[in-house]
Amino acid sequence: MLSARYAGFLTPAARPNYRFDVELHEPTDEGPPAETSADDDLQVYLDQGLWHFRRGDFAATWNPTMGHGQVHQSANPYAIDSVLRIVHSLILAPAGGMLIHAASAVRDGRAFLFPGVSGAGKTTISRCAPADVALLTDEISFVRHSQDGFVACGTPFAGELANAGENLAAPLDALFFLEKGPENRIEPISSADALRRLMRNILFFAHDQHLVNEVFRSACKLIQEVHVQQLIFQPDSRVWEIIKPIAGVAA
Amino acid sequence: MGDNKANSRSSSIGEKYIAKSTAIAARLLGGEMMIMSAADSTFFTLNEVATAIWQAADGHTSLADIVTRTICPRFEVDPAQAEADAEQFVTDLATHGILILSEQPITGRQSGDVQGQR
Repeated sequence: MLSARYAGFLTPAARPNYRFDVELHEPTDEGPPAETSADDDLQVYLDQGLWHFRRGDFAATWNPTMGHGQVHQSANPYAIDSVLRIVHSLILAPAGGMLIHAASAVRDGRAFLFPGVSGAGKTTISRCAPADVALLTDEISFVRHSQDGFVACGTPFAGELANAGENLAAPLDALFFLEKGPENRIEPISSADALRRLMRNILFFAHDQHLVNEVFRSACKLIQEVHVQQLIFQPDSRVWEIIKPIAGVAA
Repeated sequence: MGDNKANSRSSSIGEKYIAKSTAIAARLLGGEMMIMSAADSTFFTLNEVATAIWQAADGHTSLADIVTRTICPRFEVDPAQAEADAEQFVTDLATHGILILSEQPITGRQSGDVQGQR
């Protein structure tokens, strides 16, 4: 099941940075959460160098120093998906990156991010993408910071599209907050509004003072370095006529 | 009666000293202060007046003095209304651990991770 789910992201010959042993158990009476399960009961905390992740359908530990973790979960793909998302959020935070609740795609060698809560149109705009657009994800975007700026990478974390993104990366050109409307147009938004809306869509689960500060700092940096605008759009392919790399570098 | 009055005044929020918590990250963008609580990831946006109070929260100036010296002349607001609004704002932020309230001047604290204005 996992091989199929993460097919485009498997590199069997590679030496892993982190290894997880997964132990499956039968679902309890409470049962696993649905795919859209809120993380209300999720706990993520660090205790003596060991991260603990707990939710109704899994309990995991991860030692970042040793590069080893253990997952005890029921046999549902959402549990391991959640564990991987948490681990990636913890790895990215001190490195200037983040996971964002956003669709993302690459066109003409540049990446575009479309953050939004459920129903904002992430899957819609992904589904409308023309053939020259490579989809990175319709649900959870992976953004890291390199010496040349922010880079968006594909993830296997799919939303309603139910397809993993392509395993590729590209410099982040622009970030568009989605809003469905009667026509397709791009509007500017203030830096304050951009940061407020971005923070709303960043996935970070640990109540760790240092890491929260790092995530906030990275979000501010992203707002400064990347074009951030609002995309009002109709749910059809014509919206992609106005989504192109923006000339110039500075946002 | 004089003592009672003094006690009553000293316990009011306006007479208290306020300081920024160290467990926050903040940034001024477009005149609005954006604050993130590191303790629980709660995100706050302050308007212009609240931002001015926040910036003046040095631990050495009482809230009443901040309102009188900074808020009223700068924003041309009614002093009584300004003080009432400021007390409400400070109480709210203190509840979330974003601001520290003290009967005495607050010393020896470092301000939160406040970043510059864009």
